Order: sequence, then C-alpha cells, then structure tokens
Amino acid sequence: MLRVTDLHAFYGRAHILHGVSLEANAGEVVALLGRNGAGKTTAMKAIMGLVPPARGEVAFAGARIDRLPPYRIARMGLGYVPEERRIFTELSVMENLEVGRQAARRGAPTWNADRLFKLFPNLGRMRERPGGRMSGGEQQMLTIARTLMGNPKCVLLDEPSEGLAPIIVHEMAESIRTLKGEGLSVLLCEQNLRFCEAIADRAYIIEKGQIRFGGTMADLAANASLREQYLSV
Amino acid sequence: MSYASFVIQLLNGLAAASSLFLVSAGLSLIFGVTRIVNFAHGSLYMLGLYGAYSLIEALGRTPLGFWSAVILAALAVGLVGVVIEVVVLRRIYRAPELFQLLATFAIVLVIKDVALAVWGSEDLVGPRAPGLAFPVEILGRRIPAYDLLLIVIGPVVLAAMWLLLARTRWGALVRAATQDREMVGALGVDQARLFTSVFFVGAVLAGLGGALQIPREPANLDLDLSVIADAFVVTVVGGLGSLGGAFLAAVLIGVAKAFCIGFGFSKLTLVVEFVIMGLVLVMRPYGLLGKPPATARFGEPAPPLQPPRRWPVVAWLVAFAVVPLLGDRYITVLMTDIACFALFAVSLHFIMGPAGMVSFGHAAYFGLGAYAGALLFKKAGLPMELALVLAPFVAGLFAVVYGWFCVRLSGVYLAMLTLAFAQISWSVVFQWDELTAGSNGLVGVWPSMWLSGKPAYYYMTLALCGLGIALLWRALFSPFGYVLRAGRDSPLRAEAIGIDLRAFQWAAFVLAGTLAGLAGAVFAFSKGSISPSSVSIAQSTDGLVMVLLGGVETLTGPVVGAAIFTWLRDTLARETEFWRAALGVVILLIVIVFPQGLVGGLKALYARWRPA
Amino acid sequence: MNGVVLRVDALHKAFGGVQAVEDVAFAVSAGELLALIGPNGAGKSTCFNMLNGQLEPDGGLIEFEGRNIVGMSPRAIWRLGVGRTFQITATFASLSVRENVQMALYSHAGKLTQFLSRFGSELRPEADALLAQVGMLDQAERPCGVLAYGDLKRVELAMALANQPRLLLMDEPTAGMAPRERVALMELAARLARAQKIAVLFTEHDMDVVFSQADRIIVLDRGRLIAGGLPAEVRANRDVQAVYLGSGH
Repeated sequence: MLRVTDLHAFYGRAHILHGVSLEANAGEVVALLGRNGAGKTTAMKAIMGLVPPARGEVAFAGARIDRLPPYRIARMGLGYVPEERRIFTELSVMENLEVGRQAARRGAPTWNADRLFKLFPNLGRMRERPGGRMSGGEQQMLTIARTLMGNPKCVLLDEPSEGLAPIIVHEMAESIRTLKGEGLSVLLCEQNLRFCEAIADRAYIIEKGQIRFGGTMADLAANASLREQYLSV
Repeated sequence: MSYASFVIQLLNGLAAASSLFLVSAGLSLIFGVTRIVNFAHGSLYMLGLYGAYSLIEALGRTPLGFWSAVILAALAVGLVGVVIEVVVLRRIYRAPELFQLLATFAIVLVIKDVALAVWGSEDLVGPRAPGLAFPVEILGRRIPAYDLLLIVIGPVVLAAMWLLLARTRWGALVRAATQDREMVGALGVDQARLFTSVFFVGAVLAGLGGALQIPREPANLDLDLSVIADAFVVTVVGGLGSLGGAFLAAVLIGVAKAFCIGFGFSKLTLVVEFVIMGLVLVMRPYGLLGKPPATARFGEPAPPLQPPRRWPVVAWLVAFAVVPLLGDRYITVLMTDIACFALFAVSLHFIMGPAGMVSFGHAAYFGLGAYAGALLFKKAGLPMELALVLAPFVAGLFAVVYGWFCVRLSGVYLAMLTLAFAQISWSVVFQWDELTAGSNGLVGVWPSMWLSGKPAYYYMTLALCGLGIALLWRALFSPFGYVLRAGRDSPLRAEAIGIDLRAFQWAAFVLAGTLAGLAGAVFAFSKGSISPSSVSIAQSTDGLVMVLLGGVETLTGPVVGAAIFTWLRDTLARETEFWRAALGVVILLIVIVFPQGLVGGLKALYARWRPA
Repeated sequence: MNGVVLRVDALHKAFGGVQAVEDVAFAVSAGELLALIGPNGAGKSTCFNMLNGQLEPDGGLIEFEGRNIVGMSPRAIWRLGVGRTFQITATFASLSVRENVQMALYSHAGKLTQFLSRFGSELRPEADALLAQVGMLDQAERPCGVLAYGDLKRVELAMALANQPRLLLMDEPTAGMAPRERVALMELAARLARAQKIAVLFTEHDMDVVFSQADRIIVLDRGRLIAGGLPAEVRANRDVQAVYLGSGH
C-alpha cells in the first residue's frame, strides 16, 4: 500500500531524516515509534508532501508520490491526521467534515457523517458546535473523522494519544481497531508503547532520523534492550 | 442642523459607504485566505472606475448600456485579479509577508502607469446613471435616485457574501483556509485554485465598488492610494476578516464624512476617518468585530543580528567621501539624496526589523522633520543651522504622540495605524495653506552660505546621516536594543521577566522618528524646497521598498536598498515617462527571482546594472 | 501556617457565563512541589493564568508571601519574586543562550535602560552559573532558535531562576519532551527548588512525572478541586480514577 525508500528530508537547514525506509501493507496497522525529535512527525509530513523530501522515494498504491503537492496526494487516497489536530476552530463539526469530503473511492471504505457519528458517538451530539469549543479528546476524534471523509485507503495518524486522558486513549484505541476492521491501512506515529501494543501489527523504531528496528509487535515485546535503548519507557 | 438636513446627510453617508464596503470586503476576504495585504486593491477599484467609463462610452448611455458596463467592468477587474494572482502572487506565497507587500505595491505602480497610458492624466467624468438621474424628494430635499440605489446595494452584497460564506462548500473552504491553509491542502483541496477564486471574488468586489461610483466621482489616477488608505481604515476599524465589521465601519466612516461636509467642515473629511480609526483601535485593538489574529504557527525565528564588519563600512565611507572629487554635479546631488534616504531607511529598519514594528507611515517623521526645518527657517526666522538641529526634535515630538498609540498594537494593525497617522499629517500639511502653502509647498529653503556649494552640503549630509546611522546601529547592541529584539522574539517572555516592553518600543519609535526627521530636514535644505509629497503614502512606501530591497535581516541592507532604489528611480525617471511601471516591473522581477530577499543576489544584480 | 509562600482561596473565574474555575483553594510552602492535574479543559490553564497575572479573577484571594497580588500585572508579580516557565517554550530565538539568561539578570538588576553601552559585558559570571546549574553552559553561545526542545526548557528554567524567585510556576514543564527527559527535567527542577527553598506549583499531563516528583497533588475537574493530598492518597481516590486516571493506573 505505502512504501517509503531511503527518504531524506530537511526542516529549515536541519537534516532531519537520514534515509528512512518502511512499508505498510493493505489492511495493516503499522506503528512508527520513537522519542520526541526522532523524526516521526517529519517522516509523516514528508510522506504527505508537507515537507518536501530531499531524496528518496515514496510510493502509494503503486504510484510515485514524492514530488506531488499535498492535495494531489490526499486525492489519491492517502489521509493525514496531524499531531496538533488542526481543527478549524471557527467551523462547526459538520463544516469541518465538509472540508474533508472527497468523492467515494474504489477499494476504500466510504464514509459519511452518519457513519462517522456511529464511530464517534460524541461528535454526533455536537454537530453544530464550533471546533474551538470542543475538548481535546473530541477534537482528536473530529480530526480523524474529518480525514476519513476523504474516503482514504490509508491514513497517517500522528500521535493520536498525545495529551489525552487515559480513559480517552482507551476509546481511541477501540476506534482505530474498528478502522482496521473496515480494511483501512494505518501508519501511526507514537511515543506511547502501551497504546501501540494494543492496536498495531508491526512496528518500526526511528531514532535520529533513521530506522533502527522493524518487526512485529511480538518481536519488539521480546526485546527489552531495544525498548530501553530507543524508547526509554 | 434641521432634522431634514440630518436625514439627508445620513443618506449621503450611506450612499458613500456602499463602495467603501465593497472594496474593503474584497481586501478583507483576500487577506483572510492568502494572508496577503493587497496594496493593489485600490488600484483594482480605480480600474473598475476607468473600465466602467470606457465601457459606457462603448455600449451607450442607456440603462442597459450603463448596467452592462458596470457588471462587465467588475468582471474584467476580477480577471485582472486572477492574472495578478497567477502570474505574481502564486510564486511568493511562501515568501516573507513583507515581500508580498512589496510585490503588491509594485503592482500598484504598474497599474497606475497602465491607466496613465490608456486613459491619460486628465480626470474623466462619467455620465449620470441613465434612468436614475432624477432626484427624489425626501423631507423637502432632493437626493439623486441613484444614491438611494447605492444605499441598498451595500446590504445586498453583504447578505450575498454572507450566504456564500456560510452556506456553500466554497465558503466553508474559504473559512477553513483562513485559519489553516496548509491543512486544507492536506485534506485534498487544491489551494492554488481556491486562492485564485478568492482573488477573483475580491477583485470583482473592488471593481464593482469602483464601477458603481462612476456617476458620483471622476476617474483619476490618485484613486489607487487614497482608496487603499480608506479601505485599510475600514478593514481595521471593522476588524480584519469580518464582513459585518467592514460594513459597520464603512457606514460609520461614510456617515461621519458626510456630516463633516454637512456641518461645513469639509476640510475635516480627510482626517475624520483616521480619528475614528485611532479611537477604535485604542479601545478595541482588533477592530469593532475583529478577533485577535491567529498567531503564526511556524514563524521562522529571526536569525541573530551581526554587527556590521568594520572594513566594508570603512570602504563605503571612503567611497562616499571621494564622490564630490569626481567633480560631477549630478552624482554629488544623487549621493546627497542617497545619504538622506539611507538614514530614512535605516531608521525605518530600526523599528521594523529588530523591534518588529512594521510601519506603513514612516514618511510622517521624514516629512514633518522637513517641514519643521523649513518653517523654523522661513517663518520663525531661525538661522538655518539652528533650524536644522531643532527640526528632528519636532519630528520626535510627533513620534512621541503617534508612538504612544501605535505601540499598543502589533502586526498588521500596528502597520495600518502608522499609515493613518501619516495620512493625518499629510492632510494637515496639504490643507493648511497659511502655514505650509498647501500643495505648492515651501520654497526658498536654502542652506547658509558656507554650505551653499553642493560638495560642502554633501559632506555635511554625509556627516549627519552617517552619525545618525551609527547611533542607531550602536543602540541596537546596547541593552536597550537587545530588549527590542527580545520583545520581538517573545513579548510573552519579555513581560514575564519584568520588562515593560511598550515603554521600550515607544522609545524606539521616538528615536527612529527623530532620526527620520533629521533625514527629512537635511533633505529639505538640499533641495531648497519641500512639498507635501514628502509626507505622502508614496514616500512611506519608498522607505519600505528600500528596506525590503536591501533585506530586513542585515544592518547594511537598508543602506544598500536606499542606494539602489534612489539611483534606479532617478535613472528610470530620466529615461521614460512610465518610470513607475518600469520600477514596478524591476521590483517584481527581484521579488520573484529572490523571493527570500537575499541581499547577496541583489548586490549581484546591482553590480550588473551599475553604469559601466 | 508556617512557610506558606502562595495561598489561594475562593478563586473564581467565568467565561461568558460558564464557570471555568470555581471556589478553588490551596497553598504551597517553601521547598514544596505541588502538582495541579486534571483532564483537558478542567481549568488548569485558567487557574495558572490568574496566578501569574495574565488573567484577572472574578473573585477570590491570591496571596504571595502574605500579600494579595490579585490585579497586579505579570511584570509586577515577577518583580515580587515569582518565576515562571511556559507550556510552549518562550525564549528569545535570535539571542544566544547566555544572552537570554543575561536579559533576565539585567532586568532583575534594573540595567536595561542603558542606551550606548554594549549588552552582555556585565553579569556574565552570574549567567554562566545559572546555565551550569541547568547543564546548558556548553551551549551558551548558540542562538536559542536552533536549540532542541528539551534544551530550550532548560534555558527557560535558568531564566525563571534569574530573579531568585521564592515561587516558581511551571505550566506543563515537560510537554513535548521524551519520557526519560521529562523525569530528568523535573528532577532537576525539584532539586534546585528544594535546595533554594523555592515553592513550586506545576501542571502536568505525564503521570510518571507527577507521581515521582510531586510532594502533594491537587486534582481539578470542571473548574472545581475534587481531591488533594499525598500522591498515594490521590492515586487511591475513586473520584480521581473516574475522571482522570482511568483503570490503567
């Protein structure tokens, strides 16, 4: 579904990604783990075209996307959920969803507002509420719902558990499992290992802009020194 | 004033408000989505007026011809907006804000000369609206039926725009992009097309505002800057990005102006809107219905400021010092101008670069310094030397007053308030015939005998301006200057470590104003005369262009920028009648080729252009 | 009470009719670390901004060393001896690390109005001493704009200590840092505070940091304090578990 090969990227003058390679197959939840500043967010942005990749290849659903502007990438069915949520605070829940809306796509689950409100019942109770007057957890659900309105085949989820109360983190994990059940591929950035253990099939560990580990969650669980070295949890 | 005349003035004001609202709504819409302050919006209004004039001539003075012409003119202006967006602005959305401003100002220059070439410099008086030229009697007074129609058009457009923004997908996209355009792109929306459509709508509104004025005001070439100043005021009073606010402000200002005329204080009309703006901004810093602007999410931090290295400065000084020895009178005069403008630009850079307060109205201090020098010399009879010494302090005194208001604001609002004060100063100078001789300006402002030779005056200029620049540069590396830079980087933190930032910014304003005044006074005595243009918006934007050309991030940039700009303008003005357009094209090329404002690139360009 | 540095009582604030903070009361003593926790939107930031003078409370008392500071500007509160760090770091990006700290020292010494002397020639040893305390001396020459996030937090801490505060307000001091760095930063802050008898009030999301570093914890939910006490007591509190910690902890 998504294959990244030897990706390099700069943020300003800083060389952040030094040859990142990873892949996510159809219907798979893949976690990209690492400390703050390891390059997770930059990797997501580079895949999405928000930070221009300096070198390397990104292929999505069989086509090169590493020179395309973000809107073209989004229209190919790659969804992006940013870390800071970036809800349109002046727009209502319904309008936020409208901005994300794209035509139905073959080979991807089709979403509409009603289906999304089943997935996130809280949102359904506040359709006309402006995004700025929602709690952090509700905003996190809205930002995911907004991206799903584009009927993506694969979503990039940047730290969905960040800043959420433990109870909400639990609900979030449930929702992501539901998405996987729909056949969606998910590439997930996280610092929260426990959260990933609950939902991911495979994981990569990124440190200083390079992939240091790739394997199943079971491999990672069996390797304490790896976790200690790169994740410090 | 009787009840009847009260009502009539009210209606007059409302009629004037409609066009003001249209052009401001367009400006506000474009700013909201693209974050570009479109200086050329007044030029689009002007094109609408000229376009309607020509189209009516072509289509005939019938109701059908008139209304077709108005609508076609508005649509044509919309297409001009599209061309501007696609050809120029699309290339520089990622450039620093100020560079975008520079680009739109270059477009002002180009459009002005295009209008000059097509329609000539005479005012063109359009026909009265066919079918609506008859007066309607209200409370025993007569008011043109067309004005009543205009009163209706404003609210109708407001309602239509509101529906468009609140009820359509396009509206949701526009409002979303106003907050976070990158995110909108990541959701699959083609920003380029969205921006183009926004520019089209904004330009149509400006064009329509202009075209509708054809029965009420003659088309002329000064409309671009006067309308943009009005539109800035309306947008800021109403609150950036608020359509309702723009409407409210347009009505408030339109009516206030009408009452000034009605009460017989027509001279006040130029000032009254700026007084309203000053009052509103001090009480509600983000305008009547505005909200605090969203803070920039990924603002590139300013790089550390380096003191100028010694040898290039010495080299510059030596180069400047040998100029009169060449014996070419023209070059000596040119270099005198450059030295004055260098100090002007450095003083502007002082507040807009390190102190982070962008001024659209720095000419106020330059011009007031010039007039103060001239008046102290001619009217107060002081010796020229004393007048020259005192003049900067007069400018500084105005900076004390203006600055007190300005440092209460920040960002675009601050910039627009500085413009308002400059415009007030200009209006007073322009209209106070008894003191300033109005539009003719003051003549016979010559230096004393010992300075009457061009080289002698040049050396004095070099010494004074050099000292002024040295003082400003020195101040930047003192604790005072560090506070300014710290306050620009993080006002929050400055406040949290006990710094009264406003007081420092105020002092910076006064210092910069005083030295701009010195530049103005030296300039006045070098020319022997002074005219209101030295206080004008055009003079202020010249300063901005100089600073931006050279680069905001270096200390020597403004000096280089002043030199290039002054030389370029002088050279172009001698070559062609359309020097403004030529200058505008040069600026556009520079902006597009060096969108990050690289001083190095400009220096290379300068080297290539220098007369061999 | 002896040693109380900050005392808050009956604090109220409403926004547009909604009570954001309601009848909040607590106290912090010298050398004590008090954590203020609660879910997003519980009123932590509102509470904090009233303490540091950014927001004016609708009612209540905020006493610093026995003096009511309600209505005072952030600047005046700082001058009394209250330091603070921000949730999102706020440093002077174009100045060097040392200059950042010197700026706070110059301000404390009232030396900022000098106009022609060169900044940075004075108070250098003092700045370096503060930087050494937070482990940033080796980066003193670098501009803050290029520092890593965790290092910026340390610079902020040094700046907050420059006026020799008796009270330190830290708003989410470890937000955006890696887990191990978080505990390390808070350990550093705690060590410095205890050694210098500074009272510390901090908000925090990371429960590992809270439970390992705080002396006492108070819990805010929908504007009201619902619990307070030693870490073990708060951890065992059923109300707290329900609204915040969940069953995982």
